[in-house]
Amino acid sequence: MPKRLLLFAAVIVTVLSAALSIQPVSAKTLRWANDGDVISMDPYSRNEILLIGFMGNVYEPLVRRDRNMEPEPALATAWAQTAPTVWRFDLRRNVRFHDGSPFNADDVMFSFERARSPNSNIPGLIASIKEARKIDDYTVEFVTYGPDPILIREISNWFIMDREWAEKNNATRPADLTKNEETFASRNANGTGPFMLKERQPNVRTVLVPNPDWWDKPEHNLTEAVFSWIANDATRVAALLSGEIDMIYTVPPQDADRIARTPGLRIVQRPELRVVFLGFDQLRDELLESSVKGKNPFKDKRVRQAFYQAIDIETIRTKVMRGAAVPVGTMIGEGVNGFDKALNERYPYDPSAAKKLLTEAGYPNGFDVGMDCPNDRYINDEAICRAVAGMLARIGITVNLNAQTRAKYFNKILGPAYNTSFYMLGWTPPTADAHDSLLNLLASRGAANHGLFNVGGYSNARVDELIDAIRGELDPAKRTDMIHEALRIHKEEFGHIPLHQQTVMWAVRDSVQLVQQPDNIFPLRFVTMK
Amino acid sequence: MLVFILRRLAQSVLVMLAVAFIAFALFNYVGDPVSGMVGQDTSLEDRQKLRHDLGLDDPFPVQYARFVGNAVQGKFGLSYQQAIPVDRLILDKMPATLELSLTAALLTMLVGVPMGVYTALHQDGPLARLFMTVSLIGISLPPFVVGILLILVFSVNLGWLPSFGRGEVIQIGWWSTGLLTASGLKSLVLPAITLGLFQMTLIMRLVRSEMLEVLRTDYIRFARARGLPNRTVHFGHALKNTLVSVITIAGLQLGALIAFAVITETVFQWPGMGLMFIQAVTFADIPVMAAYLLVGAFFFLAINLCVDILYQIIDPRLRINRGTANGYGR
Repeated sequence: MPKRLLLFAAVIVTVLSAALSIQPVSAKTLRWANDGDVISMDPYSRNEILLIGFMGNVYEPLVRRDRNMEPEPALATAWAQTAPTVWRFDLRRNVRFHDGSPFNADDVMFSFERARSPNSNIPGLIASIKEARKIDDYTVEFVTYGPDPILIREISNWFIMDREWAEKNNATRPADLTKNEETFASRNANGTGPFMLKERQPNVRTVLVPNPDWWDKPEHNLTEAVFSWIANDATRVAALLSGEIDMIYTVPPQDADRIARTPGLRIVQRPELRVVFLGFDQLRDELLESSVKGKNPFKDKRVRQAFYQAIDIETIRTKVMRGAAVPVGTMIGEGVNGFDKALNERYPYDPSAAKKLLTEAGYPNGFDVGMDCPNDRYINDEAICRAVAGMLARIGITVNLNAQTRAKYFNKILGPAYNTSFYMLGWTPPTADAHDSLLNLLASRGAANHGLFNVGGYSNARVDELIDAIRGELDPAKRTDMIHEALRIHKEEFGHIPLHQQTVMWAVRDSVQLVQQPDNIFPLRFVTMK
Repeated sequence: MLVFILRRLAQSVLVMLAVAFIAFALFNYVGDPVSGMVGQDTSLEDRQKLRHDLGLDDPFPVQYARFVGNAVQGKFGLSYQQAIPVDRLILDKMPATLELSLTAALLTMLVGVPMGVYTALHQDGPLARLFMTVSLIGISLPPFVVGILLILVFSVNLGWLPSFGRGEVIQIGWWSTGLLTASGLKSLVLPAITLGLFQMTLIMRLVRSEMLEVLRTDYIRFARARGLPNRTVHFGHALKNTLVSVITIAGLQLGALIAFAVITETVFQWPGMGLMFIQAVTFADIPVMAAYLLVGAFFFLAINLCVDILYQIIDPRLRINRGTANGYGR
C-alpha cells in the first residue's frame, strides 16, 4: 500500500510540475484583450468600432488613414473629383487577397453591392454613393447623390472583399438574422490587409499572422497577434499585471493609477472623437416626465441655460472621470473636421446665475424632471448623471434619474417615440467630420435621414439650411465657416449641454510601441515589440 | 422503474414548457435588441422593419408559441448578436461548462468527504478546528470575491496560474476538452476551486454531522466491541452509512454548480454557457437566453431524475420497505 501511495504521489508531482512549468514566450507575439469580443469576421455585419477596427487589420479600404488620421492611398493609388458628383479612383495593381486571387475593379463593384444589400450593417458608410461604375479593370467611378467633398473620409472603414471567394463560399450577402443559418464570412476572412486570420474561436480568441505577400512594406515587426475577449474589468487588469496580456483596452478608470504605477506598464490616452452630452425635450408642449403641467419649461432658453450653468464640469472631470475627460463647448470634439478652439470654450459654471435665470423664467422653486441615462454605454455614464442630478438639486431642480442598460435605454429614448424629457447621449461622427454630427443631432426631424438622433427635437431653420449647404459645399474654407456658424447658433441657443470627450485609455507593456487612434481603433500595422 | 422514469420524463416536458413560458413573459422587460443590431445611422423605418421581421412586435404568447413550434423541430434560431445558430453556440460552450462543473464537483467530493471524516473523528484536534474555520470562510465569501482573491495571489503575485480563459483545447468530435493539455489543466485549477469551494464546505459539514450521528449508533459500538480495527469501523461502517444522504445532496448540488458557474465563468472569462448567457442578457439576445434557460432546466431535471434513480438503487432500506409493502400487504 505505501508503495502504491508513493507511486501515486510521484505521478501527481510530475503532472503538477509539468503543468506549472512556464512556457517560453515568443518575443514578437502580441497578446491583447478587450472587454468585448469581435462578434463576427464579416466586416459588413456590424457598424461597431471594435469590429471595424479589428477587421481593418485583415481587410483594407480604398483609402486608409495614416498615423495622423489623414487619408492615404491603400487599395486606390490615386483619386480625383472629375465632376462635382463624380469621384474617380485608380486601383492598385498586383494586389492579391490572402487566398491568392487577384484584386481588381470587380471586387470593388461586388463590395459596393454587398455593403448596401439588405442585411448589411454599413450602408451608412457609402450612403452618399448613388452608383458605382467600372471603367476598366483598375479604374472605378462613384457617382454621388450630390457633391460630396469628404467622400474619401467616409469610405475609410468600408473594406473591399473578394468576389470570387464570397461567391465560392456562398457569402455574397451578410448573415440574415431572420434565417437559421450563418454565413461563411462570419467565421472566415479573406482580405488584402497586412494580417491574415489564422484561428477563430468565437468568444474566446482570434489569432492573426502577418501576410507575407502584403503589397505595402510592413512597419510592424510582429510574428503573431492574439486577441482575447475578457469581459470582467478586474480579470482584464489582472491578466495585464500578471503578464499574460501585453495590452488591454478598455481600461477601467479606477485602475488607471495602479497600472501607471506598475513598473513595465504604461497608460496611453488621448481624447476620443465621441462627445457626451445632455439633451432636452424642447418639442412637446408638455413634458412627459415633469411636475410642470400645461407647458414645457425647456422651450424657454433661460431654463436650458440655467441647467447648463448649474453643471460643474470640472468636478465631473476630476472626480467622476478621474481626469479621463476633456470638457467641450460644442457638439464636436477636437480631432473632428470643423472643430474650433474658440467655439469650444464653455459658458462658465455659475449656480447663482443659474438660480436667477430659473427665477426669471418663472420657476423660483425649481421643478421635477425625469432623466434618462444608460449605465453600460459610456464611461461612468450613470455616475455622471448622478453627479448632474446632485448639481441641479442645488438650483432647486429635482431629477428623477432612470439609469438602465443600453438595450432598454435606447429603446425608450430613440424614435419613433422619443420618450424622454432630459437625457444623456454620446456621438462619434464615423467620418470624423462635423457634418455627420450636425445632421444626426441638430437637424430638424422629419426630412429623410435628418435628425435621427435629435432626441429632444431641437430645431432651427438657419441651422437646417446650413446643414444641407455644408453637405454639397466643395470649397473647404466656406464649408468650415458654415460649420462654425451652425455650431455657434446652436451654442448660443443652448440646444444641448455638451459635456466632454471621454478619453480613449489603453494600458500597454513598455516593450510595445503602438499608435492610438482617437476613434479607439488599434491598428496592428504600426505595432513594434522589443 | 420504467413507468417511474417515463412519468418523470413527461413531467419534465411540462416543466420545460413552463420555464420557456415564464422566460418569454420576462423577455418583454429585457429591452430592445434591435438598437444593438443595427448601425447608429439606420433609419427608424428599417429598425421597425427588422423588429417586425424578427417577430419582436408580436405579443409574448405568440412569440412563445412560435419558439416552442420551432424548438420542437430542433430550430432555435440565430443569435441576434453573433449571427451564429443558437444550437451550435450552445454545443460550443457546453463542454467548457460541464468540464468546469464536473471538476468542481469531483474536487468537492475528493476533498470535502475526507475533511468531513477527519473533523468528525478528531473533533477537538487543531487541524479539525482549522478546517472548520476555513469552511466558514468558504461558506461566507461570495464566489466572485474568492475568484478575484485567487487571481490576485496565484496569477498576479505568484504568476503560477493563468487568470483567464481555458488554455489550449483539443477538439474531439464536437466536444472541446481542456483536460488533455498542460495549459488547459492549469487554467482549470482556479475556476474549479472558486466554483467548488462553497459546495466543498457544505459537503464537509454534512459528512461531519452525519458521521457524528452514525458514530453514536449501536452497530458502531457493537462493531468496536467485536474488536474490529478503527479503520474498518470508520470507513467500512460509519462512512458507508453517511454516504446515502451525501450522494443525494451532492447530486442536487451538481445542478447548482452548473447554474452558479455563471459567476465563476464571468470572473475567469471561462468560455462556457454562463458567460454566454450574461453576454446575451446585456444584448437582449432573446434566442440565446431562451435556449440557455431551457438547457439549464433540462440539466436540473436530468440530474434530479438520476438522483432519484440512484437513491432507490443505493439505499437498500427503500427497496426492502417497498418489497414489504407489496409482498406482505401489511
